[in-house]
This record gives sequence, structure tokens and C-alpha cells, in this order.
Amino acid sequence: MTSRGDFLRAPAGVEPCDGQAGDCSRCGRIFSERFPLLERQVNGRPLVYLDSAATTQKPGAVIAAEARYYREHNANVHRGMHTLGVEATDLYEACRSRVGRFLGVPGERVVVTRGATSALNLVAGGLGSSLKPGDEIIVTEMEHHANLVPWIELARREGLVLRHLPVTADGELDLERLPQLLTPRTRVVALTHVSNVLGTINPVAEIAAAAHRRGALVVVDAAQSVGHLPFTFAELGADFLVFSAHKAYGPMGLGFLVGGAEALERLQPVEFGGEMIETVTMDSATWAAVPYRFEAGTPNVGAAAAFPAALDTIDEATLQRLRQHEISLTGYALERLERLGGLTIFGPRDAAQRGGLVSFHDPMVHPHDMAQLLDSQGIAVRAGHHCAQPLHRRLGVVATSRASFGMYNSHDDIDALVDGIGYARSVFGA
Amino acid sequence: MNTGMDELYREVILDHHRSPRGREPLPGPADARAEGKNPSCGDELVLELACAGGAITGAHVECHGCAIATASSSILAELVAGRTPEQVRVLAEAFRTAMHSADGVLADDLDPGDLEVLTGVRKFPARVKCALLPWITLLSALDAEGEGKPAAPATTEA
Repeated sequence: MTSRGDFLRAPAGVEPCDGQAGDCSRCGRIFSERFPLLERQVNGRPLVYLDSAATTQKPGAVIAAEARYYREHNANVHRGMHTLGVEATDLYEACRSRVGRFLGVPGERVVVTRGATSALNLVAGGLGSSLKPGDEIIVTEMEHHANLVPWIELARREGLVLRHLPVTADGELDLERLPQLLTPRTRVVALTHVSNVLGTINPVAEIAAAAHRRGALVVVDAAQSVGHLPFTFAELGADFLVFSAHKAYGPMGLGFLVGGAEALERLQPVEFGGEMIETVTMDSATWAAVPYRFEAGTPNVGAAAAFPAALDTIDEATLQRLRQHEISLTGYALERLERLGGLTIFGPRDAAQRGGLVSFHDPMVHPHDMAQLLDSQGIAVRAGHHCAQPLHRRLGVVATSRASFGMYNSHDDIDALVDGIGYARSVFGA
Repeated sequence: MNTGMDELYREVILDHHRSPRGREPLPGPADARAEGKNPSCGDELVLELACAGGAITGAHVECHGCAIATASSSILAELVAGRTPEQVRVLAEAFRTAMHSADGVLADDLDPGDLEVLTGVRKFPARVKCALLPWITLLSALDAEGEGKPAAPATTEA
């Protein structure tokens, strides 16, 4: 009898999934059969989708729920007295409550937006009139443009001072610099929970506590973490949190601003029109209550009707298990890419300190060429500056290639990526 | 190679990418200079031209871009030397038209050299910008030179 026990264990250096992962033998895919798009071929090859940080694929249940909304319930919300209007409103409000339950806040502290970007613009614009020239805002060097440009623009308009929390050589926020950046005039600290380039998970609670001691508000871009990392709004200790449904297995065109009760009351509306008012005369208007005062116009009800199905899928898998899975995939990717040699790999080395993505640079193959050649093999990765130009300047590269993971990925996908990089190098004669 | 990759990464293009022309600094100060950017991907290049007797005598290109942008810069550096600014404008316009046409043909009397090979990139719409970036930068440099003022940075986003 030959023992094959060794074969069942992860190869040396690979962080194995723990037993809690259930069906996770050599980190198998989770619910991948529920994602219809993953069945397609790209350039004659089975699709290997490694771009979930840009947008995740959607479970069939989400796609069906959005179609069902338009087939069976479509009507405008909060105004129709007819049956369809009531049904549409119920679905829309059910999404709000579901998101609240997912993050541990009451539904009335959940504002529905078009996405994380519009939610960040709402926070920046909505705080604008309460800030005075000379007031200070701290942003980090690893922000996505969505959490940087609205603050740059606000600072320009209101005469505010923008301060930058730098990134260390290891790809982490330089927390030693924080005490000197926080001053009595600091009004806002805006930071990402998980970097979309480095993968770094930032110690938001620690930074929020320091900011609050100075009386500053804390705004967290959770676009890369909601639906991937287990946490509640309260655990982050932030005043505002934003995310997009489409990066959490939900539909596009839908996002959320979640806030503390007092923080939301401080915010002024930035869009005006129908649906956000209490009383309107020809010369004046009063605002509806939070969160409705921030929801002018007709929202994306179809997407809202569908998003709970995505959160149900996440909860069925459990966030703990999804997180374990992403750590395993990230650890394996880091290990395989490092072993390949010649690549610069960005961000913390410990997969447990990172979200489910790895950015790398091959001095022999420009990221565009890398992405194009991988695509010819059916492998989808992102190439470019990932809407984080200041960070790339800091890293000393114009662009990077990024592989990012979802519940449906497996170690096989990373093996395919490594083979694909080998192929790209062969084309360039490297 | 497969799925058209051999058409995109032709040997001529790979050769220009491996040993790009026009990387040597100009012997004297530049007579025209412009920077080009592709904001959607972050690619950047700086183009400098030397002129004498109504003709371009040399080009210096610093390109931080992909193989297609690098090869296009290299072909540009090779082609502009010895031509007048007007001839170069006609060539740039013909290349732009070819990149948006079905057959991608460049007239022989333009003496298009390796640019003919580069028109194969038109079958990959996402990469057309990469091929055109050096050429819009060139037009920006020529405009500035004609008006005797510093060039506005060229961008692939109009």
C-alpha cells in the first residue's frame, strides 16, 4: 500500500485552506457553476476570469432577479399608488434593508447611489459647505482616483489643504506619519479599506480612532472589501463607507453610502429634484429625511431588486469561507509568480494581509502586451494604472498587470496565468 | 502564435520594440518638442525634432509604453528624417486614415517603410491609440514649431 496522503496536501509553501472551507480540496472553486458567464469561451479557450477587482461576474440568481423585476414588477418607486409601484418600492426598500443587515446598520442609514464613485462625490460635495478655507483633508497615496479627485476638486473650490499619507516601500500606509498630518484643522480623513493595486488591507479602525481624537470625519472606500472581507460598519469605526454592488457579485449601476446617523445628518444634498424633497413651493424646498434627501431622481430599481440575491449567495458561502478562499488563492499566486522570477510583485508579502488580488510588472513585457497576449489564451486580467496614477508614480512604473480573484476562481486559474505569462515572454523572445 | 497575435506582434514590430530607433539624444538643442500621453493607460512619450534647411534632420523619442507604442515611435524616428514638415504631416494623416480603414493601405509614393506593417494593428481597436500616440505627438510638435511656442501636450483622448 502506498500512502497518497502527501498528494492531498498543498504543495510546500502554499497556504492550505483550513477545514472550514468545506468543499475546498486544493482550494476548489466556490459556487462557480452558478455563474453562467464562466461557461463561455474566449478566443477559442475556456475563459479564465482574473479581473474581479474591476467587476465580479454575477450569479444566475442575480441575473434572473433583475430580469424578473423588468418582466413582472417594473414601475417607478415611492410614488405609484398602483400595485406595481408598491411592489417596485418594496423591492427597492428591501435592498436597502438587506444591505443594512449585511453591514450591521439600520436601513435608514443606507443611501442608494449609482456606485461607489457617486457615493464619494456625494460625501465630498455634501460636506463642502460645512468646510472653511484652510481646513485640512487627509487622503492616502494609494487611493483610487474615485477617492482622490473629488477631494482635489473640493479643496480647489473651497480653499482647503489636501495632505497625503504616504505609502511605504512595503506597500503599506506609513502610519508613523499620521500623527504629524493630523492637526486641529483636519476635518476629513479619506482612505481605502483595501488597495485596488497593492491589495493592502489598511488598519481602518486604528486610523479612524486617531482621526476621531482630532474631531475629523473618516470616509472609507470599501469597494474592494464589501463581499470579500468579513466586517461590519461598526468594526471599521468610520463615519462614512461606500461601495459598489458590481464588485460584490451584484449588478452594475448601483452603489451605497453607509453612514453614522450624525454624520449623515451633517451631509447636505448635492443633487436636487424629485424624490428628495419634503415640500416644494415655487421659491423654496425643504428636504426629505435621510436617506431619501440624497436620492434625487429615479434610481436603478432593477439593480436594487437583484442585489439581495448576490448578498444571499455570499452569505450562503459565508464571508469567512470566501475570505479563506481568497487568502489561499492570493498566497498561491504570490508564490507561483515569485517562483517564475523576473517579476516585480507589489504589496505586502503575507496573503493574510491582502485582499484577493496581485499586481505585477514584467520588465520584458509591457502590461498592455501582457494583457493582450493573456487574452489570446482566454485569460482576462487588467493592465494599466488601475485609476491610481499617483500610486504608480510612487511605485516607479507607468502601468502594472493585475490578477484578481473571486469565489469562482481556483488554483488552476493561477496555473493558467503563470503558463500565459510564459507564453507572453516567449512571444517577446524573452 | 494564435488568435491573431502573430498579426499584431509581427516580427518587424517586435524588432523595432527590441531595438528602437531614435533613442539617441539629438546632437544639439531640439527645434521642436512635444509630450504625448494616453490617459486611459498612462503611456507617455517625449518627442524632439531637429530641423535644418526646411527639413527634419533627426528625431529623438523617449517612449514609456507598450510594444506597439514603442515600435510606432521607432518607425516614426526612422521615417521623419529627411522629410519636410509638410511631407511628415501628409504621412501622419495617411497613417491615421489607414488605421481607421478596412484595408489599411498606405500609398507607395508616401514611402511608408515599416509603417505598412504597423497598419495590421487596426484589427485590434483597443490598440489603435497605442500606434497613433507617437504620431499625434509629432503633429503637436510641428504645430508648436510652426507657431514658435511650446507644444501643448498631445493626448489620445480628444
